[in-house]
Amino acid sequence: MHPEPAVLARKLLFVTGKGGVGKTTISAGLALLASTHGKRTLVCEMDAKGDLASCFESGPTRFEEREVAPGLFAMSMDPEASLRQYLSLQLRLPRAAGIGPMARMFDFVASAAPGVREIVSVGKLCWEVRERHYDMVVVDAAASGHIIGQLAAPQAINQLVQVGLVRQQTDWMLEILSDPEVSGVLAVATPEEMPVTETIELAERLKEETTVSLAAVIVNRVLPELFVTREEQAFDALRQPAATELLAAQLGGRPEPLLDAARLMVRTRRSRASHLERLRAALGEHGGTHAGAHAGTHTGTQGSLEGGPHSNAPGGGERGAPMLYVPYLFLRSSGLRSTRQIASALAAELEAGLEPGQEADLEPGQEAGLEPGQEAG
Amino acid sequence: MSTQAYTTIEAIVAAKEIVVVCGPGGVGKTSVAAAVAAMAAAQQGGRVLVVTVDPARRLAQALGLSTAFSATGGATKRPATSGAQQVPPAAFVKAGSPPRGELWAEMLDTKQGWDNLVARHAPDRATALRILENPLYQNISGRFVQSHDYIAVERLYELHSEGAYDLIVVDTPPTRNAVDFLLAPERMADFFSSRLLRLLTVPYRSRLVDVASRPFYYVADRVLGTQFLEDIAEFFILFQTLSEGFVKRAREVERLLADRRTTFIVVSTLETVPVREAEAFMRLLPAKRLHLGGLVLNKVLPEYLTEARLADRAELLCSLAPAVAGRLCAPGGPLEEFGEGLVERVLAEVGTNFNNIAVVARREAAQRSELSGSFEVVASAPELDEDVHDLAGALQLGRHLWSAGPGRL
Repeated sequence: MHPEPAVLARKLLFVTGKGGVGKTTISAGLALLASTHGKRTLVCEMDAKGDLASCFESGPTRFEEREVAPGLFAMSMDPEASLRQYLSLQLRLPRAAGIGPMARMFDFVASAAPGVREIVSVGKLCWEVRERHYDMVVVDAAASGHIIGQLAAPQAINQLVQVGLVRQQTDWMLEILSDPEVSGVLAVATPEEMPVTETIELAERLKEETTVSLAAVIVNRVLPELFVTREEQAFDALRQPAATELLAAQLGGRPEPLLDAARLMVRTRRSRASHLERLRAALGEHGGTHAGAHAGTHTGTQGSLEGGPHSNAPGGGERGAPMLYVPYLFLRSSGLRSTRQIASALAAELEAGLEPGQEADLEPGQEAGLEPGQEAG
Repeated sequence: MSTQAYTTIEAIVAAKEIVVVCGPGGVGKTSVAAAVAAMAAAQQGGRVLVVTVDPARRLAQALGLSTAFSATGGATKRPATSGAQQVPPAAFVKAGSPPRGELWAEMLDTKQGWDNLVARHAPDRATALRILENPLYQNISGRFVQSHDYIAVERLYELHSEGAYDLIVVDTPPTRNAVDFLLAPERMADFFSSRLLRLLTVPYRSRLVDVASRPFYYVADRVLGTQFLEDIAEFFILFQTLSEGFVKRAREVERLLADRRTTFIVVSTLETVPVREAEAFMRLLPAKRLHLGGLVLNKVLPEYLTEARLADRAELLCSLAPAVAGRLCAPGGPLEEFGEGLVERVLAEVGTNFNNIAVVARREAAQRSELSGSFEVVASAPELDEDVHDLAGALQLGRHLWSAGPGRL
């Protein structure tokens, strides 16, 4: 029923998105999920900010991968170390002898030949895939503004360089990157205007400028739906003086702040619904996983924004990337706990996509709000 | 909070000619830049320009401008110096704020910026053309990651020295790290004065003579192939003709950023990761002798959500939901028509929701008090119902930021 490979069946996934949408936590969650499915998994942070380490509470990550959970290895990219490793494998230069020229070499390569920095970084990850060191490599990649440069680098270099090791390298890299059974991009968005716009642009540019396919779009931080239509009418009635006075008496204090907070949530979610709708329309989503239908497509009283059946229409024409929905986590802090919750939310989405009969296992808080949504839809 | 008088965005902006809005990704830098520029044009007058080099062209959307005008120079034949577009005064009037000054917006095209730089610094037209047509150059300028930062500051310098605007507000490009933007001129200058560039541009034959550099060329040849190495060398020999102009300009740009007329406004949300990045950035500013105007917190939750007695009340609402629903739905009660079961669900949801948001609000409050220990928070703004996508939205956000001080929301 899904002719294209399921997300987890690919071997090399580049997770990208606009800054601030949570691509590092999603990468961590996805890698954790893969490893709990028995896949030997590598997760790599490309920008060396150190956020990945905090997702596993594991201490800083380095170029040399380290096991942070059973079957799960983490590393951070260091292009220079990557080049050194590559050269010592390819040229069989003794490591010690090569250090002086190598450091200069790298500077030279990186600044003189644009794209080489990208080739060396992405190449290291492709190499791990080619050598079958891991069943799955998850890349916490550059933000959506920059990922195209990274992924298009092999082609660009191929046009510029006719012979030499780099040329050989780009040839096999392109083979790995261009195979949708092997590699793909996961675009992370939050249901807000700019992240959605960038995701749509990213999908277009991936198609036009690279050979890498879009594996899926992950919508992160989807707010819970508090009320369905009839409940929202009741909620509005609750905010009338007759009801608030009664509530105040029962609670021994004013209920308005509580009601305001609920209204804040309802309004924020509603203002985001249109962005989600735009994203779905632009991507021509085909899948609409089961849990996704809960978390994303039901917009309560936003009946007019509902695409209804179209969001589940299996590709009449061009088939788009599936969309996976991850709920907003109301947690005290980020860290391993939120990584685990993201992993389980992703699991629910992926399983729901595979076995449409099965109920997704969302967070209890979400479930309560989302379940009635379906009845009303 | 005490009654101490705080610096405000209004005061900061009034005293400066360049305001650089920077910070981690996803915090709303573009909206804040648009908001500050719109408020300055509306309230303080003068010609105000807001600039972005963002490849996603978000500012255009934020200001309701069409993206067409920024199409690459070739197509529209518009010189880069007149790429700015005025926001019609009528739009201000419509948004309820007749402007005292003018608001202009410009979006930069990185490719165009590089082309202009080459044209300006090349010794002659022929050299400029050879550089512009070189495939390596086209890759440097159009395609790859690092080139936005430098063009952004370069253009800022150009705009400022032209003197057409009283205030320039710059929305910084998305970098892997906010710090990259600051280091761009330094890196450019370093590149041109580097030994590597010299190694690279040494004529091919004399390379073989220089024993010390031989391993370098050996490795380079093996990796890239002789032909490509030659191509690179040719390109950089050409490119080096620009070096004097480039280095001089990069130094001037650095000086402008450090000038007293320039200030940096750092934007962050109160989420953990952005806060950490913003802090690192704010510590770097004084180290680089740059002026930190202040910290703006964007998309913050209202403070009432952190009140303990309200959390207790929410708990109480959850546990009393059946009983309260019974009262509300009793014959003649205000919610009779909805039925007890439904009203009970609604009440429980209101209570649960409050406690959910309160967790986030308390997390934010902790981040905030940690931050304000070291840095002055000059303004904060709530998450607005709608993203800033037009002038009215920019002004709405601007009013939250303008003269409020750090005022808790």
